[in-house]
Order: sequence, then C-alpha cells, then structure tokens
Amino acid sequence: MEKKLVLHFPPILVDKPMISTLIRDYDLDFNILKAFVSPEEEGVLVIAFSGTEENLDKAVNELKSKGVTIQLIESDIRMIRDRCTDCSVCVGLCPVGALILDRETYEVIFDAKRCIACGLCIKGCPAKAMVSSI
Amino acid sequence: MKTIGEINERIQKGEAVVVTAEEIIELRKTVSPKKLAKEVDVVTTGTFGPMCSSGVFLNFGHSRRKIKMGGGKVYLNNVPAYTGIAAVDVYVGATAMPDDDPKNTKHPGEFKYGGGYVIEELAAGKEIHLEASSYGTDCYPNKSLKTKITIKDINEATLYNPRNCYQNYNVAVNLSDKTIYTYMGVLKPRMGNANYSSAGQLSPLFKDPYLQTIGFGTRIFLGGGIGYVGWWGTQYNPSVKRQANGAPVSGGATLALIGDLKQMSPKFLQGVSLTGYGTSLMVGAGIPIPILNEEILNWVSISDDELYAPVVDYSYDYPNSTGKTLGSVSYGELRSGKINFMGKEIPTGSLSSYKTAREIAGILKQWIKDGKFLLTAPVFHFPGPDSKYQFKPLKEE
Ligand code: SF4
Ligand code: SF4
Repeated sequence: MEKKLVLHFPPILVDKPMISTLIRDYDLDFNILKAFVSPEEEGVLVIAFSGTEENLDKAVNELKSKGVTIQLIESDIRMIRDRCTDCSVCVGLCPVGALILDRETYEVIFDAKRCIACGLCIKGCPAKAMVSSI
Repeated sequence: MKTIGEINERIQKGEAVVVTAEEIIELRKTVSPKKLAKEVDVVTTGTFGPMCSSGVFLNFGHSRRKIKMGGGKVYLNNVPAYTGIAAVDVYVGATAMPDDDPKNTKHPGEFKYGGGYVIEELAAGKEIHLEASSYGTDCYPNKSLKTKITIKDINEATLYNPRNCYQNYNVAVNLSDKTIYTYMGVLKPRMGNANYSSAGQLSPLFKDPYLQTIGFGTRIFLGGGIGYVGWWGTQYNPSVKRQANGAPVSGGATLALIGDLKQMSPKFLQGVSLTGYGTSLMVGAGIPIPILNEEILNWVSISDDELYAPVVDYSYDYPNSTGKTLGSVSYGELRSGKINFMGKEIPTGSLSSYKTAREIAGILKQWIKDGKFLLTAPVFHFPGPDSKYQFKPLKEE
C-alpha cells in the first residue's frame, strides 16, 4: 500500500539522515513530492511511502517517536466549497486528475486521495478556493 | 410569427412556454423547428465568468460637514475609487487594487484584494471602510473623513459594466517553454493546458448572433437581480468573420450592462484574483430570447458542437497583437475535457462556470414562468454587420 504524508522535522532533526535509515529498516519505497524549509526553520517533506501496511505503521511510529510531526496529505490541500465557482480552470492544470469536472452536473470535485500537493491549483484558482496549510 | 406583446400576454396569464438554451437543443433533436418556433415563447441563456470591465457607481450622501470627494481621493477597504465626478459620487472598478499591493514585484503576484471583492462585499451587505481626503472649498470645507458604510447606508449603488457578455472568446494556450500567468489563467508551457471562457451554447450572444432581439433597454438577469442592456459594449465588433450559422469566429459583439446592486447577490458577483495578472469580478448575466420566428429558433438551437473558438498563443501572439490564431476548436470538444490540437492532446479548463450559467438560465426561466419578468423590445438596435462599425487598434506615434 501507499501512504502520502507531510513530515515536519523540528530544526534539530533536519540534518539527520532519518529517511534513508527508515526505508532500509522497513523495506519501503519512497518518492519525495516536495521538500523545503519553512520560515520556522522546520524541514518539511511531502513524501509518498509504499510498503507493507505493517511496516508503514512501524515507520510512522518511529518517526513520531523521534519528534517528527506527521500529517496525512489530504488535510493539507483543501477546497473551500463556498468560494469555488465550478469554473474548472484548475481541472486542466492538475497533473494527477485530483480535480474532476462532473460532466452531468458540471460541478468540480476535489479528490484529496489523488492529490500530490503540487500547489498548481492554488496559483491557478481565480476564486482562491484551493488552499494549503503547508 | 409572434410578437413580444403576444408573448408578454402569455407570460402574464402564466401560459408562456419557457425553456433554457440547453433544453431547446435537446427538443430540437426530435421536434421540427417549425413546430418549436410556434410552441416555444422564450429561450433563456446564462453566463458567469470573470468580466474585468465591470464596476459600480456609488453615491455616499453628504457628511454633516461636507467634503468634496470629487477630485480628491477615496478608498474603500484600501481600494482606490475613481473620484473625477461629483462631490460624493465615485466609481469602483473590478480591477482596482490597494496602492500598496506588491503587484508583480515578486512575479507572479497574488493580487489578494481589489475592486471586484469590494463589489462582492457591498452586494453581500458587509461593512466597508470608507476613507476620503480632499482639498477643501468654501462649500465643501471638510478635508478628510473616515467611516464605515454598508450598501444599505448609501444612496445609490449602480452596477455599470462597460463590457460584458463577449459573444465568443479565445482559447488560450502557451507555446513557450515556461509557465505564464495571464488573465486567461495559468498556462503551462508547450501547450500543457488550454483555457477557454465562454458558456458556449448557454451564452446569450451566441443565441442571437445578429442581435435581432437584444438591444438598448433589454431587460435581463444581472448579478441575481434585474438589470438592463445599457449600450453596446466596448470593443464591439459586428463586422467580425462568421461561421455559416451566423456565430462569430472570434470576439464579436459585447454588451454594456446596468442594474441596481442593491438587488443583487454575491453568489452572482464574486471577486476573483488571477495570479500574476490582477483582480476581477465574476459576473452572472442571463438574457431571455423571444422566439419570434423560425430563424431565431434555429439560432437558439445551435449546440456546443457547432460553435467554434479561436486558439491563440498567449506567450507571443496575444501580447504582441500579431493577430495570429493557431486554429479553432468546438465548444463541444473544449467541454469534453481535452482537445486534440496541433498533434497534441491538451487538457482544457474553463474560466467561466458552466454550472452557474445553467443555474442562471434556470432562474430566469422560473421568473418568466412565474410572471415576474416580462420581455422588452429593444428601444433601438445596435450597429449590425452592415454598419461598417469596427473594432480598431490604438494608433501610436
Ligand atoms: S479553479 Fe477554483 S473556483 Fe474554479 S473549479 Fe477549481 S477550485 Fe473551483
Ligand atoms: S495541489 Fe496539485 S495535485 Fe493537488 S489538486 Fe492541486 S493541482 Fe492537483
């Protein structure tokens, strides 16, 4: 299975090679979707891990025990339904089909599970209906 | 075949047959145009897209110690209003932005707030900060004023949009190697996406291509209230090239719209920001088309598959006014989510909301069915294709 997570590393942990140890110990594959240092000097990694469910859980627990804060990615990119005009300009921008135009109702639907948090829709949405807490 | 007077009589008796532009297209598949032209009285249209050429005239009323805002400076929630008119009249345009907005200094700018948002908040009844300063005269001695207003407190709030309802519009693509930020949205390099901005088969002026039923004084749905066509729109171009079915191959006609903002709703007037470009206002408009004869019936029945938009490169051709179009695609293809163009499959996105356009056509239909909204004949018709009226570029020295 795959898990997409946002990892917040406190400043003291930023330089530690934690991820490489983790993937070796728990036999995981990973794909870094976004990495940056926040204004509070936290290291932020948006990452997709894949491996067995058991090992993924163990890996998450280990990260937590070392002081890394973890968020599931779905909670980071949100659609503010009230602001969305269903224009669909984000639909052509989204690289993974996480924004979908229902061709019956012409409503635009955000499928958080597919989102890789690339941020394109945030810049592209005229109504500023796509927001992120990253 | 029918007159507007006869249609209005039926509306008043609650007997009028009113359908939306989508519904007439469906009906046309099985019923003959002759029969439909006889039976259907009105077809309603709708559109809801960013229309930069929009704004509102406000009259604040006078303060106890009077101030001549005219010729001075007025800010509404820090957004500057145009004051070059009488003492307490101003105009707030959709693209106005606070003086201290960083704009594109760090490209692409975010343009978090501007005139479009002020108009939306006024329509929503929200409180707005008003700040005015001026030079003082014998009759208007006050030099500065700060207060809060809502739309209820002030005298008039008249939406007046010099150019709305473009008959047809470009599909924007980017042929360059880097992402560009335009009024047509974010355009990915090498035609990574294609953005369009028309409600196509629901859009008012596609359904009356020669403006036979729409003219000065036409009563319409505007921003959730009742408005009127107040003139032909700026950049009006009736001599545009046309398809065989009469639809313009590009831009074409536009309309100036006017109405009482106090009747309107923020649902159909929404402030928006185009990253790297500026702020604007989404405007909802709907126009009823009286089915006076079979010719008009045939026009309103034209579907997305028969309406075409020109594809334009916004990295070079648009900014440099080369006049070049790369080709054309149908609204049917655009609305399907992807177009096959220049050997590439390109995902599409729309700036104008089809869902809300459909909703507007539905509301207008209901108003007419309920007898609340009567149709109008134009006080006069706007220049047509034979008028030689043209859309000119700017002469430079
Ligand atoms: S671009 Fe924004 S307003 Fe338009 S459909 Fe997407 S989320 Fe909604
Ligand atoms: S952040 Fe990127 S992946 Fe997620 S919905 Fe927006 S465009 Fe799609």
